[in-house]
Amino acid sequence: MTKPRASARATPGVRRDGASQSRTTLRDRYNSWLGHHRLSAADSLHRVLDNPLSSLLTWIVIGIALALPMGLSVALDNVGRLSASWDSPAQISLFLQDGITGEAAAAMATSLAERDDVAQTEFVSREEALEEFRSLSGFADVLASLQTNPLPHLILVSPASSSDGEAAAGLRAKLQDLPEVAQAVLDMQWLQRLNSLMELSRRMVMAVGGLLVLGVVLILGNTIRLAIENRRDEIVIVKLVGGSNAFVRRPFLYTGLWYGVGGGVVAALLVALSLWFLQEPVSRFAQLYQSEFRLHGLGMMGGLNLVILGGLLGLTGAWLAVARHLAAIQPR
Amino acid sequence: MISFERVSKRYPEGHDALREVSVAIERDELVFLTGHSGAGKSTLLRLIMLMDRPTRGQVIVDGQNLAKIGSRGIPHHRRNIGVVFQNHQLLYDRSVFDNVALPLIIAGYDHRDVGRRVRAALDKVGLLNRELAMPVTLSGGEQQRVGIARAVVGKPKILLADEPTGNLDPALSAEIMNLFEEFNQVGVTVLIASHDLALISRLRHRILTLRDGQLVSGGAG
Repeated sequence: MTKPRASARATPGVRRDGASQSRTTLRDRYNSWLGHHRLSAADSLHRVLDNPLSSLLTWIVIGIALALPMGLSVALDNVGRLSASWDSPAQISLFLQDGITGEAAAAMATSLAERDDVAQTEFVSREEALEEFRSLSGFADVLASLQTNPLPHLILVSPASSSDGEAAAGLRAKLQDLPEVAQAVLDMQWLQRLNSLMELSRRMVMAVGGLLVLGVVLILGNTIRLAIENRRDEIVIVKLVGGSNAFVRRPFLYTGLWYGVGGGVVAALLVALSLWFLQEPVSRFAQLYQSEFRLHGLGMMGGLNLVILGGLLGLTGAWLAVARHLAAIQPR
Repeated sequence: MISFERVSKRYPEGHDALREVSVAIERDELVFLTGHSGAGKSTLLRLIMLMDRPTRGQVIVDGQNLAKIGSRGIPHHRRNIGVVFQNHQLLYDRSVFDNVALPLIIAGYDHRDVGRRVRAALDKVGLLNRELAMPVTLSGGEQQRVGIARAVVGKPKILLADEPTGNLDPALSAEIMNLFEEFNQVGVTVLIASHDLALISRLRHRILTLRDGQLVSGGAG
Protein backbone atom coordinates (compact mmCIF):
# COMPACT_ATOMS: atom_id res chain seq x y z
CA MET A 1 0.00 0.00 0.00
CA THR A 2 2.90 2.40 -0.47
CA LYS A 3 2.15 5.66 -2.11
CA PRO A 4 4.00 6.00 -5.41
CA ARG A 5 4.93 9.58 -4.57
CA ALA A 6 6.63 8.51 -1.39
CA SER A 7 8.60 5.71 -2.97
CA ALA A 8 9.74 7.90 -5.85
CA ARG A 9 11.18 10.35 -3.34
CA ALA A 10 12.46 7.65 -1.11
CA THR A 11 15.06 6.12 -3.38
CA PRO A 12 17.43 9.09 -3.48
CA GLY A 13 16.80 9.58 0.22
CA VAL A 14 18.00 6.09 1.02
CA ARG A 15 21.05 6.52 -1.10
CA ARG A 16 21.82 9.73 0.73
CA ASP A 17 21.59 7.90 4.04
CA GLY A 18 24.00 5.27 2.82
CA ALA A 19 26.53 7.85 1.75
CA SER A 20 26.32 9.79 4.99
CA GLN A 21 26.90 6.66 7.04
CA SER A 22 30.02 5.67 5.14
CA ARG A 23 31.40 9.16 5.64
CA THR A 24 32.69 8.29 9.11
CA THR A 25 36.14 7.13 8.10
CA LEU A 26 38.63 5.35 10.34
CA ARG A 27 40.39 8.62 11.09
CA ASP A 28 37.08 10.25 12.04
CA ARG A 29 36.40 7.34 14.32
CA TYR A 30 39.82 7.65 15.94
CA ASN A 31 39.30 11.39 16.41
CA SER A 32 35.88 10.87 17.91
CA TRP A 33 37.20 8.09 20.12
CA LEU A 34 39.86 10.51 21.34
CA GLY A 35 37.22 13.21 21.62
CA HIS A 36 35.04 11.00 23.77
CA HIS A 37 38.00 10.18 25.99
CA ARG A 38 38.61 13.90 26.45
CA LEU A 39 34.92 14.48 27.04
CA SER A 40 34.63 11.62 29.55
CA ALA A 41 37.76 12.75 31.39
CA ALA A 42 36.52 16.33 31.66
CA ASP A 43 32.97 15.32 32.50
CA SER A 44 34.13 12.87 35.21
CA LEU A 45 36.43 15.51 36.68
CA HIS A 46 33.53 17.96 36.78
CA ARG A 47 31.37 15.43 38.56
CA VAL A 48 34.12 14.74 41.09
CA LEU A 49 34.66 18.46 41.70
CA ASP A 50 30.93 19.19 41.84
CA ASN A 51 30.76 17.26 45.12
CA PRO A 52 33.84 18.72 46.79
CA LEU A 53 33.10 17.44 50.27
CA SER A 54 32.45 13.80 49.47
CA SER A 55 35.27 13.77 46.92
CA LEU A 56 37.63 15.27 49.46
CA LEU A 57 36.65 12.58 51.97
CA THR A 58 37.34 9.87 49.40
CA TRP A 59 40.69 11.45 48.58
CA ILE A 60 41.65 11.67 52.24
CA VAL A 61 40.68 8.06 52.94
CA ILE A 62 42.74 6.88 49.97
CA GLY A 63 45.52 9.30 50.87
CA ILE A 64 45.80 7.97 54.41
CA ALA A 65 45.72 4.37 53.24
CA LEU A 66 48.54 5.04 50.79
CA ALA A 67 50.52 7.37 53.08
CA LEU A 68 50.82 4.79 55.87
CA PRO A 69 52.87 2.15 54.05
CA MET A 70 54.66 4.82 52.02
CA GLY A 71 55.62 6.76 55.15
CA LEU A 72 56.87 3.61 56.86
CA SER A 73 58.91 2.66 53.84
CA VAL A 74 60.43 6.15 53.73
CA ALA A 75 61.32 5.76 57.42
CA LEU A 76 62.95 2.38 56.75
CA ASP A 77 64.79 3.87 53.82
CA ASN A 78 66.21 6.52 56.14
CA VAL A 79 67.33 3.93 58.70
CA GLY A 80 68.99 1.97 55.88
CA ARG A 81 70.75 5.12 54.70
CA LEU A 82 71.92 5.81 58.23
CA SER A 83 73.40 2.34 58.80
CA ALA A 84 75.07 2.41 55.38
CA SER A 85 76.72 5.72 56.25
CA TRP A 86 78.65 4.07 59.09
CA ASP A 87 82.01 3.17 57.58
CA SER A 88 83.28 -0.42 57.58
CA PRO A 89 80.23 -2.25 58.82
CA ALA A 90 82.44 -5.18 59.85
CA GLN A 91 85.39 -4.18 62.00
CA ILE A 92 87.70 -6.41 63.99
CA SER A 93 89.08 -5.01 67.24
CA LEU A 94 92.44 -6.55 68.25
CA PHE A 95 93.21 -6.10 71.94
CA LEU A 96 96.95 -6.74 72.30
CA GLN A 97 98.84 -8.54 75.08
CA ASP A 98 99.95 -6.45 78.04
CA GLY A 99 103.70 -6.68 77.48
CA ILE A 100 103.81 -5.20 74.01
CA THR A 101 105.24 -1.71 73.65
CA GLY A 102 103.56 1.11 71.76
CA GLU A 103 106.22 1.06 69.02
CA ALA A 104 105.84 -2.68 68.44
CA ALA A 105 102.07 -2.34 68.34
CA ALA A 106 102.20 0.52 65.82
CA ALA A 107 104.60 -1.48 63.63
CA MET A 108 102.23 -4.45 63.84
CA ALA A 109 99.32 -2.25 62.72
CA THR A 110 101.34 -1.12 59.68
CA SER A 111 102.33 -4.66 58.73
CA LEU A 112 98.76 -5.96 59.19
CA ALA A 113 97.53 -3.26 56.80
CA GLU A 114 99.71 -4.81 54.07
CA ARG A 115 97.86 -8.12 54.21
CA ASP A 116 95.63 -8.92 51.22
CA ASP A 117 92.57 -9.65 53.33
CA VAL A 118 92.85 -6.38 55.24
CA ALA A 119 91.66 -3.09 53.83
CA GLN A 120 93.14 -0.82 56.47
CA THR A 121 94.11 -0.68 60.11
CA GLU A 122 93.96 1.98 62.75
CA PHE A 123 96.24 1.94 65.80
CA VAL A 124 94.83 3.25 69.05
CA SER A 125 97.52 3.33 71.78
CA ARG A 126 96.54 2.62 75.38
CA GLU A 127 97.25 6.28 76.24
CA GLU A 128 94.96 7.54 73.48
CA ALA A 129 92.33 5.08 74.50
CA LEU A 130 92.52 6.25 78.11
CA GLU A 131 92.30 9.88 76.99
CA GLU A 132 89.25 9.22 74.82
CA PHE A 133 87.62 7.19 77.55
CA ARG A 134 88.28 9.96 80.04
CA SER A 135 86.69 12.67 77.86
CA LEU A 136 83.70 10.71 76.66
CA SER A 137 82.68 8.38 79.44
CA GLY A 138 82.39 10.76 82.39
CA PHE A 139 84.51 8.42 84.50
CA ALA A 140 87.37 10.95 84.58
CA ASP A 141 87.53 11.01 88.41
CA VAL A 142 87.56 7.26 88.70
CA LEU A 143 90.26 6.94 86.04
CA ALA A 144 92.41 9.60 87.76
CA SER A 145 92.41 7.55 90.93
CA LEU A 146 93.90 4.56 89.11
CA GLN A 147 97.64 3.92 89.55
CA THR A 148 98.16 2.32 86.13
CA ASN A 149 96.43 2.44 82.78
CA PRO A 150 94.21 -0.67 82.65
CA LEU A 151 93.60 -0.39 78.90
CA PRO A 152 95.49 -2.46 76.30
CA HIS A 153 96.74 -1.23 72.93
CA LEU A 154 94.09 -1.59 70.28
CA ILE A 155 94.31 -2.17 66.52
CA LEU A 156 91.10 -1.68 64.53
CA VAL A 157 91.20 -3.89 61.44
CA SER A 158 88.82 -3.37 58.49
CA PRO A 159 88.55 -6.55 56.41
CA ALA A 160 89.05 -6.21 52.66
CA SER A 161 85.55 -7.51 51.96
CA SER A 162 83.59 -5.67 54.56
CA SER A 163 80.21 -7.02 53.45
CA ASP A 164 81.24 -10.67 53.47
CA GLY A 165 80.47 -11.84 57.00
CA GLU A 166 82.15 -15.27 56.62
CA ALA A 167 85.43 -13.82 55.32
CA ALA A 168 85.44 -11.37 58.21
CA ALA A 169 84.88 -14.22 60.69
CA GLY A 170 87.74 -16.23 59.09
CA LEU A 171 90.06 -13.24 59.34
CA ARG A 172 89.11 -12.78 62.98
CA ALA A 173 90.05 -16.42 63.70
CA LYS A 174 93.45 -15.98 61.98
CA LEU A 175 94.19 -12.77 63.85
CA GLN A 176 93.20 -14.39 67.15
CA ASP A 177 95.96 -16.93 66.58
CA LEU A 178 98.68 -14.25 66.44
CA PRO A 179 100.82 -14.39 69.61
CA GLU A 180 100.58 -10.61 70.22
CA VAL A 181 96.79 -10.68 70.24
CA ALA A 182 94.98 -11.18 73.52
CA GLN A 183 91.53 -10.99 72.04
CA ALA A 184 90.05 -10.40 68.58
CA VAL A 185 86.43 -9.21 68.52
CA LEU A 186 84.33 -8.98 65.39
CA ASP A 187 81.90 -6.05 65.77
CA MET A 188 79.38 -7.43 63.41
CA GLN A 189 76.67 -9.08 65.39
CA TRP A 190 74.80 -5.89 66.16
CA LEU A 191 74.89 -4.97 62.46
CA GLN A 192 73.54 -8.38 61.51
CA ARG A 193 70.82 -7.93 64.07
CA LEU A 194 69.99 -4.50 62.69
CA ASN A 195 69.91 -5.85 59.16
CA SER A 196 67.61 -8.71 60.00
CA LEU A 197 65.40 -6.37 61.99
CA MET A 198 65.26 -4.08 58.97
CA GLU A 199 64.39 -7.01 56.71
CA LEU A 200 61.60 -8.00 59.09
CA SER A 201 60.26 -4.45 59.17
CA ARG A 202 60.46 -4.17 55.43
CA ARG A 203 58.39 -7.29 55.03
CA MET A 204 55.86 -6.10 57.57
CA VAL A 205 55.55 -2.80 55.74
CA MET A 206 55.03 -4.74 52.52
CA ALA A 207 52.31 -6.88 54.09
CA VAL A 208 50.56 -3.89 55.63
CA GLY A 209 51.01 -1.99 52.37
CA GLY A 210 49.51 -4.84 50.40
CA LEU A 211 46.47 -4.95 52.65
CA LEU A 212 45.99 -1.20 52.48
CA VAL A 213 46.36 -1.19 48.71
CA LEU A 214 43.68 -3.87 48.54
CA GLY A 215 41.57 -1.66 50.80
CA VAL A 216 42.04 1.30 48.46
CA VAL A 217 40.93 -0.77 45.48
CA LEU A 218 37.83 -1.92 47.37
CA ILE A 219 36.98 1.59 48.57
CA LEU A 220 37.28 2.92 45.05
CA GLY A 221 35.33 0.01 43.66
CA ASN A 222 32.52 0.77 46.07
CA THR A 223 32.60 4.50 45.27
CA ILE A 224 32.34 3.73 41.58
CA ARG A 225 29.55 1.23 42.24
CA LEU A 226 27.56 4.01 43.89
CA ALA A 227 28.29 6.32 40.96
CA ILE A 228 27.01 3.63 38.60
CA GLU A 229 23.83 3.21 40.66
CA ASN A 230 23.27 6.98 40.62
CA ARG A 231 23.46 7.08 36.85
CA ARG A 232 21.54 3.92 36.11
CA ASP A 233 18.87 5.71 34.03
CA GLU A 234 21.51 7.41 31.97
CA ILE A 235 23.30 4.11 31.32
CA VAL A 236 20.04 2.55 30.15
CA ILE A 237 19.40 5.41 27.73
CA VAL A 238 22.94 5.34 26.36
CA LYS A 239 22.65 1.59 25.79
CA LEU A 240 19.26 2.07 24.10
CA VAL A 241 20.65 4.48 21.54
CA GLY A 242 23.54 2.17 20.72
CA GLY A 243 26.27 2.98 23.24
CA SER A 244 28.76 0.14 23.48
CA ASN A 245 29.96 -1.19 26.82
CA ALA A 246 33.27 0.60 26.27
CA PHE A 247 31.43 3.88 25.75
CA VAL A 248 29.40 3.43 28.92
CA ARG A 249 32.46 2.29 30.87
CA ARG A 250 34.71 5.19 29.96
CA PRO A 251 33.40 7.97 32.24
CA PHE A 252 33.43 5.62 35.25
CA LEU A 253 37.00 4.57 34.61
CA TYR A 254 37.95 8.23 34.51
CA THR A 255 36.06 8.85 37.75
CA GLY A 256 38.14 6.09 39.36
CA LEU A 257 41.29 7.58 37.91
CA TRP A 258 40.51 11.02 39.35
CA TYR A 259 39.74 9.62 42.79
CA GLY A 260 42.96 7.60 42.71
CA VAL A 261 45.13 10.46 41.48
CA GLY A 262 43.64 12.80 44.09
CA GLY A 263 44.30 10.17 46.77
CA GLY A 264 47.90 9.84 45.57
CA VAL A 265 48.40 13.61 45.82
CA VAL A 266 46.95 13.63 49.34
CA ALA A 267 49.24 10.71 50.30
CA ALA A 268 52.33 12.51 48.95
CA LEU A 269 51.35 15.64 50.87
CA LEU A 270 50.79 13.65 54.07
CA VAL A 271 54.20 11.98 53.82
CA ALA A 272 55.91 15.30 53.08
CA LEU A 273 54.06 16.95 55.95
CA SER A 274 55.00 14.30 58.51
CA LEU A 275 58.65 14.36 57.38
CA TRP A 276 58.68 18.13 57.78
CA PHE A 277 57.17 17.63 61.22
CA LEU A 278 59.92 15.14 62.15
CA GLN A 279 62.82 16.94 60.52
CA GLU A 280 63.75 19.23 63.38
CA PRO A 281 63.77 16.71 66.25
CA VAL A 282 65.66 14.25 64.03
CA SER A 283 68.42 16.70 63.20
CA ARG A 284 68.67 17.77 66.84
CA PHE A 285 68.99 14.10 67.77
CA ALA A 286 71.59 13.57 65.06
CA GLN A 287 73.61 16.51 66.35
CA LEU A 288 73.92 14.77 69.71
CA TYR A 289 75.74 12.00 67.85
CA GLN A 290 77.92 14.42 65.84
CA SER A 291 76.05 13.33 62.72
CA GLU A 292 75.03 15.43 59.75
CA PHE A 293 72.16 13.06 59.16
CA ARG A 294 69.03 14.55 57.62
CA LEU A 295 65.75 12.88 56.76
CA HIS A 296 65.28 12.03 53.11
CA GLY A 297 61.75 12.52 51.79
CA LEU A 298 59.93 10.99 48.85
CA GLY A 299 61.52 13.35 46.39
CA MET A 300 59.98 14.51 43.17
CA MET A 301 59.98 11.04 41.59
CA GLY A 302 58.67 9.33 44.71
CA GLY A 303 55.77 11.77 44.89
CA LEU A 304 55.04 11.29 41.21
CA ASN A 305 55.16 7.51 41.60
CA LEU A 306 52.72 7.76 44.48
CA VAL A 307 50.30 9.76 42.32
CA ILE A 308 50.70 7.27 39.47
CA LEU A 309 50.16 4.37 41.88
CA GLY A 310 47.00 6.07 43.14
CA GLY A 311 45.78 6.53 39.60
CA LEU A 312 46.43 2.88 38.74
CA LEU A 313 44.62 1.69 41.87
CA GLY A 314 41.72 4.00 40.99
CA LEU A 315 41.52 2.51 37.52
CA THR A 316 41.69 -1.02 38.93
CA GLY A 317 38.93 -0.37 41.45
CA ALA A 318 36.76 1.29 38.81
CA TRP A 319 37.39 -1.55 36.40
CA LEU A 320 36.33 -4.15 38.99
CA ALA A 321 33.14 -2.22 39.79
CA VAL A 322 32.34 -1.57 36.16
CA ALA A 323 32.94 -5.19 35.12
CA ARG A 324 30.68 -6.40 37.90
CA HIS A 325 27.83 -3.91 37.75
CA LEU A 326 27.63 -2.39 34.28
CA ALA A 327 26.76 -5.56 32.41
CA ALA A 328 23.84 -6.08 34.79
CA ILE A 329 22.24 -2.81 33.72
CA GLN A 330 20.26 -3.54 30.58
CA PRO A 331 17.32 -1.65 29.10
CA ARG A 332 14.09 -3.16 30.43
CA MET B 1 12.98 -3.99 5.85
CA ILE B 2 11.61 -5.71 8.92
CA SER B 3 10.28 -9.20 8.74
CA PHE B 4 9.00 -11.57 11.40
CA GLU B 5 8.79 -15.24 10.54
CA ARG B 6 6.61 -17.27 12.92
CA VAL B 7 8.03 -15.45 15.90
CA SER B 8 7.01 -16.47 19.41
CA LYS B 9 8.17 -14.98 22.66
CA ARG B 10 7.53 -16.61 25.97
CA TYR B 11 8.82 -14.88 29.05
CA PRO B 12 10.48 -16.97 31.75
CA GLU B 13 7.43 -16.62 34.00
CA GLY B 14 5.44 -18.49 31.32
CA HIS B 15 3.59 -15.58 29.78
CA ASP B 16 3.27 -15.83 25.97
CA ALA B 17 3.85 -12.28 24.75
CA LEU B 18 3.91 -13.18 21.02
CA ARG B 19 2.60 -16.30 19.28
CA GLU B 20 3.61 -17.27 15.77
CA VAL B 21 3.73 -13.72 14.47
CA SER B 22 4.62 -13.41 10.79
CA VAL B 23 4.73 -10.01 9.17
CA ALA B 24 6.81 -8.11 6.62
CA ILE B 25 7.26 -4.37 6.60
CA GLU B 26 8.69 -2.89 3.42
CA ARG B 27 11.17 -0.11 3.00
CA ASP B 28 9.40 3.31 2.93
CA GLU B 29 6.37 1.95 4.76
CA LEU B 30 4.74 3.59 7.76
CA VAL B 31 2.95 0.96 9.80
CA PHE B 32 0.93 1.31 12.98
CA LEU B 33 0.93 -1.41 15.56
CA THR B 34 -2.09 -1.53 17.81
CA GLY B 35 -3.79 -3.72 20.34
CA HIS B 36 -4.84 -3.54 23.97
CA SER B 37 -2.14 -3.18 26.55
CA GLY B 38 -0.27 -6.42 27.07
CA ALA B 39 -1.11 -7.62 23.55
CA GLY B 40 2.55 -7.74 22.64
CA LYS B 41 3.20 -4.37 20.97
CA SER B 42 6.16 -3.50 23.15
CA THR B 43 7.54 -7.02 22.93
CA LEU B 44 7.53 -6.80 19.16
CA LEU B 45 9.47 -3.53 19.27
CA ARG B 46 11.86 -4.95 21.88
CA LEU B 47 12.68 -7.86 19.58
CA ILE B 48 13.57 -5.46 16.76
CA MET B 49 15.77 -3.48 19.17
CA LEU B 50 17.39 -6.69 20.46
CA MET B 51 16.29 -5.81 23.98
CA ASP B 52 14.90 -9.35 23.93
CA ARG B 53 15.41 -12.44 21.85
CA PRO B 54 12.53 -14.48 20.39
CA THR B 55 11.83 -17.90 21.87
CA ARG B 56 11.09 -19.28 18.40
CA GLY B 57 11.13 -17.92 14.86
CA GLN B 58 13.28 -15.39 13.07
CA VAL B 59 13.44 -11.63 13.00
CA ILE B 60 15.17 -10.08 10.01
CA VAL B 61 15.99 -6.39 9.97
CA ASP B 62 17.51 -4.71 6.91
CA GLY B 63 18.50 -8.10 5.53
CA GLN B 64 20.21 -9.18 8.73
CA ASN B 65 18.97 -12.14 10.75
CA LEU B 66 19.01 -10.83 14.32
CA ALA B 67 19.77 -14.29 15.71
CA LYS B 68 23.22 -13.93 14.12
CA ILE B 69 24.01 -10.73 16.04
CA GLY B 70 25.92 -11.47 19.23
CA SER B 71 25.79 -9.32 22.32
CA ARG B 72 28.81 -7.36 21.09
CA GLY B 73 26.98 -6.48 17.90
CA ILE B 74 23.90 -5.11 19.66
CA PRO B 75 25.17 -1.49 20.04
CA HIS B 76 25.96 -1.31 16.33
CA HIS B 77 22.56 -2.74 15.45
CA ARG B 78 20.79 -0.18 17.64
CA ARG B 79 22.63 2.71 16.00
CA ASN B 80 20.78 1.92 12.77
CA ILE B 81 17.40 2.22 14.48
CA GLY B 82 15.88 5.40 15.85
CA VAL B 83 13.57 4.88 18.80
CA VAL B 84 11.01 7.17 20.39
CA PHE B 85 9.73 6.23 23.83
CA GLN B 86 6.48 7.08 25.55
CA ASN B 87 8.35 8.38 28.61
CA HIS B 88 10.88 10.21 26.40
CA GLN B 89 13.94 8.61 28.10
CA LEU B 90 15.86 11.89 28.06
CA LEU B 91 18.93 12.73 30.11
CA TYR B 92 17.53 15.32 32.49
CA ASP B 93 20.90 16.68 33.56
CA ARG B 94 21.90 17.53 29.99
CA SER B 95 20.72 20.24 27.63
CA VAL B 96 18.41 19.57 24.70
CA PHE B 97 21.40 19.85 22.38
CA ASP B 98 23.40 17.25 24.33
CA ASN B 99 20.44 14.89 24.40
CA VAL B 100 20.00 15.01 20.65
CA ALA B 101 23.76 14.79 20.08
CA LEU B 102 24.09 11.57 22.13
CA PRO B 103 23.60 9.07 19.26
CA LEU B 104 26.07 11.00 17.09
CA ILE B 105 28.69 11.08 19.82
CA ILE B 106 28.19 7.36 20.37
CA ALA B 107 28.47 6.69 16.64
CA GLY B 108 31.66 8.75 16.54
CA TYR B 109 30.80 11.76 14.40
CA ASP B 110 33.14 14.71 14.09
CA HIS B 111 32.05 17.46 16.46
CA ARG B 112 31.41 20.01 13.67
CA ASP B 113 29.24 17.44 11.99
CA VAL B 114 27.46 16.86 15.29
CA GLY B 115 26.52 20.55 15.65
CA ARG B 116 25.22 20.75 12.11
CA ARG B 117 23.18 17.57 12.31
CA VAL B 118 21.76 18.28 15.76
CA ARG B 119 20.55 21.72 14.63
CA ALA B 120 19.06 20.23 11.49
CA ALA B 121 17.17 17.65 13.57
CA LEU B 122 16.00 20.26 16.08
CA ASP B 123 14.91 22.50 13.23
CA LYS B 124 12.92 19.61 11.81
CA VAL B 125 10.95 19.19 15.06
CA GLY B 126 10.62 22.96 15.57
CA LEU B 127 12.89 23.29 18.63
CA LEU B 128 15.88 25.04 17.12
CA ASN B 129 15.59 27.94 19.55
CA ARG B 130 15.54 25.62 22.59
CA GLU B 131 18.84 23.82 22.08
CA LEU B 132 20.33 25.15 25.31
CA ALA B 133 17.23 24.52 27.42
CA MET B 134 17.13 21.72 29.98
CA PRO B 135 14.50 19.05 29.23
CA VAL B 136 12.58 19.66 32.49
CA THR B 137 11.77 23.21 31.38
CA LEU B 138 10.00 21.87 28.30
CA SER B 139 6.38 20.78 27.98
CA GLY B 140 5.52 17.12 27.43
CA GLY B 141 5.01 17.67 23.71
CA GLU B 142 8.34 19.47 23.42
CA GLN B 143 10.12 16.73 25.35
CA GLN B 144 8.64 14.18 22.98
CA ARG B 145 9.91 16.18 20.04
CA VAL B 146 13.39 16.22 21.59
CA GLY B 147 13.09 12.43 21.76
CA ILE B 148 12.11 12.35 18.09
CA ALA B 149 14.99 14.62 17.12
CA ARG B 150 17.35 12.27 18.96
CA ALA B 151 15.82 9.28 17.18
CA VAL B 152 16.28 10.75 13.69
CA VAL B 153 19.52 12.71 14.11
CA GLY B 154 21.67 9.76 13.00
CA LYS B 155 19.50 9.31 9.87
CA PRO B 156 18.47 5.76 10.73
CA LYS B 157 16.79 3.58 8.13
CA ILE B 158 14.22 2.50 10.68
CA LEU B 159 12.27 4.58 13.17
CA LEU B 160 10.40 2.83 15.98
CA ALA B 161 7.99 4.59 18.33
CA ASP B 162 6.36 3.10 21.42
CA GLU B 163 3.19 5.03 22.27
CA PRO B 164 4.76 8.33 21.20
CA THR B 165 1.54 10.25 21.81
CA GLY B 166 0.60 8.47 25.02
CA ASN B 167 0.56 11.53 27.26
CA LEU B 168 -0.31 14.20 24.69
CA ASP B 169 -3.54 15.95 23.83
CA PRO B 170 -5.15 15.22 20.40
CA ALA B 171 -3.78 18.33 18.65
CA LEU B 172 -0.21 17.62 19.78
CA SER B 173 -0.61 13.94 18.96
CA ALA B 174 -1.62 14.78 15.41
CA GLU B 175 1.41 17.08 15.09
CA ILE B 176 3.72 14.32 16.26
CA MET B 177 2.17 11.83 13.82
CA ASN B 178 2.67 14.36 11.02
CA LEU B 179 6.35 14.51 11.91
CA PHE B 180 6.59 10.74 11.57
CA GLU B 181 4.86 10.91 8.19
CA GLU B 182 7.40 13.48 7.03
CA PHE B 183 10.27 11.21 7.98
CA ASN B 184 8.56 8.33 6.23
CA GLN B 185 8.28 10.43 3.09
CA VAL B 186 12.06 10.77 2.89
CA GLY B 187 12.49 7.03 2.93
CA VAL B 188 12.58 6.01 6.58
CA THR B 189 10.71 2.85 7.54
CA VAL B 190 8.46 3.81 10.45
CA LEU B 191 6.75 1.50 12.91
CA ILE B 192 4.57 3.12 15.55
CA ALA B 193 2.94 1.27 18.43
CA SER B 194 -0.15 3.13 19.54
CA HIS B 195 -3.52 2.34 21.04
CA ASP B 196 -5.01 5.66 19.88
CA LEU B 197 -7.23 4.03 17.22
CA ALA B 198 -9.15 7.22 16.49
CA LEU B 199 -5.98 9.00 15.53
CA ILE B 200 -4.27 6.26 13.56
CA SER B 201 -7.30 5.19 11.57
CA ARG B 202 -7.55 8.76 10.21
CA LEU B 203 -4.02 8.55 8.88
CA ARG B 204 -4.58 5.84 6.25
CA HIS B 205 -1.55 3.63 6.80
CA ARG B 206 -1.35 -0.09 7.33
CA ILE B 207 -2.40 -1.08 10.82
CA LEU B 208 -1.18 -4.27 12.48
CA THR B 209 -3.46 -5.44 15.26
CA LEU B 210 -2.21 -7.74 17.98
CA ARG B 211 -4.48 -9.61 20.36
CA ASP B 212 -3.03 -11.80 23.08
CA GLY B 213 0.24 -12.01 21.20
CA GLN B 214 -1.31 -13.03 17.91
CA LEU B 215 -1.49 -10.90 14.80
CA VAL B 216 -5.18 -10.64 13.96
CA SER B 217 -5.09 -8.14 11.12
CA GLY B 218 -2.74 -6.22 8.85
CA GLY B 219 -0.19 -9.00 8.52
CA ALA B 220 -0.92 -9.76 4.88
CA GLY B 221 0.03 -6.32 3.51
